[in-house]
Amino acid sequence: MIRNFSTAINHLILAIGLLVMIIPVWIIFASSTHTSLFINTNGLQFFLGDNFLENYSRVLYKKAGFFNEITALKMFLNSFIMATGIATLSVVTSLMAAYALVYFQIKYASFFFWLIFITLLVPLELRIMPSYLVMSKLGLVNSYIGLILPISASAIATFFFRQFYKSIPEELLEAAKLDGTGSWKFFIDFLIPLSKTMIAAVFIFMFVFGYNQYLWPLIMTTTEQYWTVVMGLKTMYGSISDRFAFVIMSMVPPIIIIVFLQRWFIQGIFQNK
Amino acid sequence: MSFLELQNVTKIYPNGTKAVNETSLNIENGEFVVFVGPSGCGKSTLLRMIAGLEDITSGDISLDGNLINNIDPSERDVAMVFQNYALYPHMTVFNNMAYGLKNRGISKEEINNKVNDVAKLLEIDQLLSRKPSMLSGGQRQRVAMGRAIVRNPKIFLFDEPLSNLDAKLRNQMRLEIKKLQRQMGVTSIFVTHDQTEAMTLGDRIVVINNGVVEQLGTPKDIYSKPNTKFVAEFIGSPQMNLFNCKIENGVATIDNKKINLDKSINIEDACIGVRPDDIQISENGQYSSVANLVEYLGSEMIIYSTIGNQQFSCKLSSKIELKAEENFNFDIIPSTVHVFDNNTGLRV
Repeated sequence: MIRNFSTAINHLILAIGLLVMIIPVWIIFASSTHTSLFINTNGLQFFLGDNFLENYSRVLYKKAGFFNEITALKMFLNSFIMATGIATLSVVTSLMAAYALVYFQIKYASFFFWLIFITLLVPLELRIMPSYLVMSKLGLVNSYIGLILPISASAIATFFFRQFYKSIPEELLEAAKLDGTGSWKFFIDFLIPLSKTMIAAVFIFMFVFGYNQYLWPLIMTTTEQYWTVVMGLKTMYGSISDRFAFVIMSMVPPIIIIVFLQRWFIQGIFQNK
Repeated sequence: MSFLELQNVTKIYPNGTKAVNETSLNIENGEFVVFVGPSGCGKSTLLRMIAGLEDITSGDISLDGNLINNIDPSERDVAMVFQNYALYPHMTVFNNMAYGLKNRGISKEEINNKVNDVAKLLEIDQLLSRKPSMLSGGQRQRVAMGRAIVRNPKIFLFDEPLSNLDAKLRNQMRLEIKKLQRQMGVTSIFVTHDQTEAMTLGDRIVVINNGVVEQLGTPKDIYSKPNTKFVAEFIGSPQMNLFNCKIENGVATIDNKKINLDKSINIEDACIGVRPDDIQISENGQYSSVANLVEYLGSEMIIYSTIGNQQFSCKLSSKIELKAEENFNFDIIPSTVHVFDNNTGLRV
C-alpha cells in the first residue's frame, strides 16, 4: 500500500515536470496553426487550428531581413551547414588530439593537455575581437569557413576522448601491433569504432552548441546571405503566427539530430558490452 | 645455432629497476618452454622482449638465425596470447582471427579457409559471428588462441593465459594447449606463476627469480635436483621442507639426531631439504612429533608439524590413521635429502 502510494507520488512529480516542459512548447505550436487575427483577438490557443500548412509554407519562403535578401529556408541551410561543420570538425580534431596525447608518448603530454583544457576558461565572447581580426585578415568574413573554423576545436571533447582512450587496455594496442597494425591503422580500425558512442554524444553536443551560436555569426557576417536561424529569431518581424511557426521550426533540426544519433548511441552501448 | 637464442639479455626500466639481468637461453625448434617464477620476477618482461613489445637494454635476441633486437613486433612473426585475451571488442570472432591475416595482405578466400579450419580445430566454429562480449571466459580463451594459431607464426608466446579461468576450466585448457602444441609442433613459450602449469606443460622449465635464471631443465630435473634453495622451495606442493643445520664430516644434525649423508662435507650453515612425500612414517622412526594440523585431501593428507623449532609438513596416504594432536614417528631417508649451503643458496 505504502509502496504503491510512493510510486504514485513519484509518477505525479514526473508528470508535473513533463507538463511544465511541454505545455509552453505545445501552446506555441498550437497557436502557430491559427491565423494572426484569431490569436490577436482570442489570445494564445491550446487546440490546433486549420492554418498549419498555410502558415508554415509562407514563413519558409518569405523574404526577410532588412534588405529582404534571405528566406527562412536559407537560414536553416546556413545554420545546418554551420552546426554540422562545427560538430564534424570538433569530433575530428578532438579525436586526433586525444589520440596523440594518449598514445604518442609525447614529452610533457599532460602539460599540453592542460594547456588545451585551460582554453575552456576563455569563452568565445572574451576572444571575439582577436578571433574576428584573424578571420578578417584571412579574408574569411562572410563565409562558412569563417563561421565554422574559430569554434571548431573543443577542449571538453578532447578531454572526453582522452579519458576514454586511457581506459582502453594497453594489451589491445599490443595485440594489434603483433597483428601488424601501424599507428594510423590502429586509429581507424580500433579507436574510431570503439569510440562510436562517444562520437555520437560529442556530435550531438557540438551540433547544438554550433546551432545556438548567436554572437559569433552576428559579428562574422555583414550580408544577410549568411544569417543563421538564431539570428533570424532575434531580428524576426511579421505577424504573431509567423513568428510562432518560425520558433517551432527552429527547434526541428536539433531534435532530428538527437533522435537520429540517439539510436546509434544506444545501439553502440548495447553492442560494445 | 638454436631456434631462439637469448644472449646476455638485460632490461633496465627508465626508473632504474633491473627487471631482467644478463639472461641467456637457447630454445630449440618445436620445444615447449615454460618461464615460471613469483610475480615481479621478470618472466613477463622477458617474454615481452621476445615479442618486441619491450625494448632490450642490452644483449641480443635472435629468432631462426636472424637478429631481431630492432625488428618491429609485427615483422617478428610471433603470436601472443595475453592474460586478459585482448580480443578486439568491436569485431566478431571471425574478424578477430582474420584481422592479422588481412593486414598481411592474404586473399579473402585463403583467410576464410584458414579461419574456418582453426575454428573447427578449437571447436569455436559456431561462434564465428559473435562478438567477444557474448562469449564465456573459456570461449574467449579459445578465440585468443585461435587468433594466434591462424597466423601460423614461428613462435607462440603465452602470457599467463589461464589465470583468469576457474580451476576446472584451467585444467581442461591446460591439457588442450599441450595437445595443440604437440599437434602443431610450433615452438612455444608459456609464462606462469603456477608451478602445476609449469610442470605439466613444459618440455623444459626456466625458473626465474629477481630477473635471473635460477635453473633451466626438464620438469623432472627441476623437481628431483633443484639447483638452488629458491627452486627447491618454489617447485613442489606442498613446498619442500627446509631444516637449517650444521654438517660435520657428512653428518647432519637435526634436533640432536644424526643423519648420515653420503658425501663427506663440512658446512657450518647448511640447509637440508626433504620433500613432504619423502618423509617416511614408521612405528620405530628416529623422530617423534605431534601433528599440529591435518589437511585431508581425499586420497592424500598433509600433516603440519614441528621438530625442534622448525616447521615442516609431510604428505601421506590418507589410509594411515592419524588425527590432529596425535603423536607420530618418522624417518628422514638420507638418499632423498637435498643439501644446500645457506650462504650461497646453492645445492651441494
